[in-house]
Order: sequence, then structure tokens, then C-alpha cells
Amino acid sequence: MAALLEVAKLHAAYGLTRVLHGIDFTMDEGTITTLLGANGAGKTTTLRALCAMVKTQGEIRFAGQRIDHRATEDIVRLGIAHVPDGRGTFVNLSTEENLRLGAYVRKDRDNIDADLERVFGYFPRLKERRAQQAGTLSGGEQQMLAVSRALMLRPRLMLLDEPSFGLAPLIVKELFGILRTVNAKEKVSMLVVEQNAAMALDLADHAYLIETGRVVLSGTADEIKRNDSVRRSYLGY
Amino acid sequence: MEAFLHQVLAGLATGSIYASLALSLVMIYQATHLVNFAQGEMAMFATYFAWSLINAGMPYWPAFFLTVIFAFVLGVVIERTIIRPVENAPVLAVVVVFIALLVILNSVTGWIFSYTIKTFPSPFPEEPIFGRFVTSHQGGAIVITMVVLALLFLFFRFTPLGLAMRAAAQNPESARLVGIRVGWMLALGWGLAAAIGAVAGMMVAPIVYLDPNMMGGILLYAFAAALVGGIDNPAGAVFGGFLVGVLENVLGAFVIGNELKLAVALVLIVGVLVVKPSGFFGKVFVTRV
Repeated sequence: MAALLEVAKLHAAYGLTRVLHGIDFTMDEGTITTLLGANGAGKTTTLRALCAMVKTQGEIRFAGQRIDHRATEDIVRLGIAHVPDGRGTFVNLSTEENLRLGAYVRKDRDNIDADLERVFGYFPRLKERRAQQAGTLSGGEQQMLAVSRALMLRPRLMLLDEPSFGLAPLIVKELFGILRTVNAKEKVSMLVVEQNAAMALDLADHAYLIETGRVVLSGTADEIKRNDSVRRSYLGY
Repeated sequence: MEAFLHQVLAGLATGSIYASLALSLVMIYQATHLVNFAQGEMAMFATYFAWSLINAGMPYWPAFFLTVIFAFVLGVVIERTIIRPVENAPVLAVVVVFIALLVILNSVTGWIFSYTIKTFPSPFPEEPIFGRFVTSHQGGAIVITMVVLALLFLFFRFTPLGLAMRAAAQNPESARLVGIRVGWMLALGWGLAAAIGAVAGMMVAPIVYLDPNMMGGILLYAFAAALVGGIDNPAGAVFGGFLVGVLENVLGAFVIGNELKLAVALVLIVGVLVVKPSGFFGKVFVTRV
């Protein structure tokens, strides 16, 4: 079986500043994969490259199809939902409107109300806040909203950029628990970028370590966890 | 007292027209943070289109609706072909494009239809149907504006496309990530703004008569209206439109005289910018990070 996502020799640059220098990685359907690395290693850029939000060279295949020359809007239509860095909240719209936008490209309009209830099932807090202006939600709630908005697409692959960023440890735990449930119950594949390497490795099946725009190490999450240099540099013990 | 009431109602009628045009300005402003100086001339051009249809023998209402569609298409085409290429250009470059558009539309209209002043029919009957204080055209203009505003509100508030347009205007990057074609939403916004402008043009033409320069003063009032209401607030722009219309009429009739009417708009613009730059209803967004 071909991998769900195959990335080969991916280069990316912001203007003249090259950030990715030939990233290679693959992930299988139904798995959670994490990209680890220090600040500036190119993790966020890799996710942005997958969604055509930055100029790239190289090959990206999704379910066997080349997607590297498609527009962001078309990549979403293949079932790739991006939970961006900074959460991407529509701050002046209500929570519910934010969620409905997540389902914007879906053809099965009749199921959207049921899906609202489905994500409210995962995040009851959002139901209480459904009419509230999204910009006034707390950081944790906005992160839940971003994840929920992505789930409204009924995605095949979710790209999560630093889901733990700026959140209290308890909320991070809750959020990661829900991600695990979604992955197990709905078979949504996830590509997670994290600075919190310990949390990410607990969540993920596979991990890739990125340093200055290249993959330097890959393996199952357990293997990576046991790797001495990863332990010293990223896990801190 | 009766004369005063009459002036207020007449002010509301012209105010409804300013409100429409102000709303067009605000719609473009919300999506691009630019004021489209050519909005008035686009409306004027569409009104000439309506005049040609009516002159060729078409009944008023079919001509009216055809003109609204024509204006919509015109707006979309202008956005796609003229505004699109300067999307990422500096603000001043885009402003120059807007002004060029204004001058070009004005001259082309004069070239096609000549600069002679033409009468434009009102769809409403001669005898007053809205009571004795207001002519039937004034009353009709208010009603039509209200219908347009209500339709627009329902569209933006309750349809997925309306929601997508609002999302694209306020956060283009996130909008793309949920699959909204942001470029097309912008073009659609231009089309809608032009269509509203066309309605304003057709409503004002029976009052000021049809000529290529008819929108100059009206655009100025619309600017004042948009600024009074808060340039980023559609409801505020509508309120501003009615306020400017009434002020202009009442002050013109009883205080400063008709010759100085246009100065009201300028005083309002300067006054608002000095005293309350965000307008009466300009939102101060509260965001937690």
C-alpha cells in the first residue's frame, strides 16, 4: 500500500531565505506522525509547504496524487485540514460561524448540523460559547476551536502546528487526549509539529527530527524516545 | 413646522441614496482597506446603461433589474482585470488606479453619451402615494434602499456564501485554509458593491438629472456618511447616510442656504477625522491572544 503522504526533496524559501533544504518523509494512513525540532528548524514551514502557503520545490504526494502545484484552496478539498500556527481564528465571527466555515467545502450540507454536535461532543466548552465572538475566547478555547474547525472538514489528514503552544499543561493533556480519540475513532491521520517533544512522542506513532531544514533522524516514536541525543537535546533527561 | 418636516423627509430620501453608496464604499474597504474613489462613476455608468435600455423602449423594471446585473458583472470584471494585477502594489499605486478608473469611466461616458444633461424617469407615479410631505419618488427611494439593505443583510448573515465573504475579508489566510477562494470572494464583493451603487444611481438620477458628473457631489456625501458611521461598519455607514442626508437638507434650507450644501459634507469629513476618527460606530476590536 502506498503511503498517505510522501514528501521527497522538499525545498522552500521565504524570498531569498531558504528554509527547507530537501526534506524527505512519509506517513501511513491512520497514523500520527510528529515532526520534532528546535525553533527555526523548519517545522512550521514544512506544514505550510504541504498546503502551498509558501513557494516550494520538490515532490509532495497525497494518496498517490501529486499536490505540490495545487492551490491551498484545492488541497483543502482533498481532505487536508490545517490547524495553523497562531490558530487562525476568525476573531470577529462567532464560534459557531468559525465552525461552519470549517465545513465550507463539503458537499454533504445536510450532515453539517450533526457534525457540529459531534465536535461539541469532544469540546463541550465550545457549545457553551457557540454564539460568542471567537476573538474573546481564551487561548485554550481558541485552540480547541481551531482543532474543531479542522474536524468539521471531516478530514483524511490533519496538520497540527504547535497545538500545545501557550496552553496550560492540564489543557494540553486534555487536548492531546482528544486528538488520540479522534485518531482512533475516526481514523483521521495526523501530522503534528511540536516543541513539546515529550508530549508529541507520547501521542505519535512515528517521529522525524528536523534540524536546519533537513530530516536528521526518523523512526517509531519509541525508538526516537530512546535515542540518546534526542533525549539530551529535546527531552531534557 | 410643515416645511421642516418636509425637509427632513426629503433628507431621508437623498440620505438613503448616500447610505447605499456609503455601503458600497464600506464593503470594498472592509475587504481591501482601500476606499474606491471610482465607486460613484461606476454607479453613474450603470445608470447610463439603464437610460439606454429605457430609451430603447424597455419598460422601467426590467431595465432596472438588467442594470443591477450589468453593474454586478461590471464590478466583477473591473476587479478581475484592473484591480487584481495591483493587488500587492503599494497603497498609493492602487489609489492612482482608482482615480484613473474614475476619470476613464467619466470620459468614456461623456464620449459615448455626450455631456448634455438628460432626464431620467422615476418608476413611481406623479401623485403622492406616501402622504403629503414627501413626493412619491422620495418615498419610493427610501423603500427601495431599505429592501436592498435588508436583502444584503440576510445574504451576509444567513447564507454560507455570505459567511465565506465575511471570512475572506477579515482573515484571508485562514479563509484559504478552509477552502474559500479568496480572490473570487473579493471579485464578488466588487460586484455586489457595484450593484448597490447602480441602485443608488438609478434612484438619484431623477432628482439630480443624468450627466457624467452627477455622482461627484454624491460620492462626497457618501464619504462623509461612511466616515461618520465608521468606515469599517456597514450599519454605521447606513446610519451615516441618513444623517448626512437630513443634515444637508435641513442646514441647506434653513441655515446656510443651498449654495453651501456641499460644504456640509466637507465639514463633516474634517470634523469626524479630527474629533472621532473611528466614527460613531467604528469598532474597537477586543481580541485575546
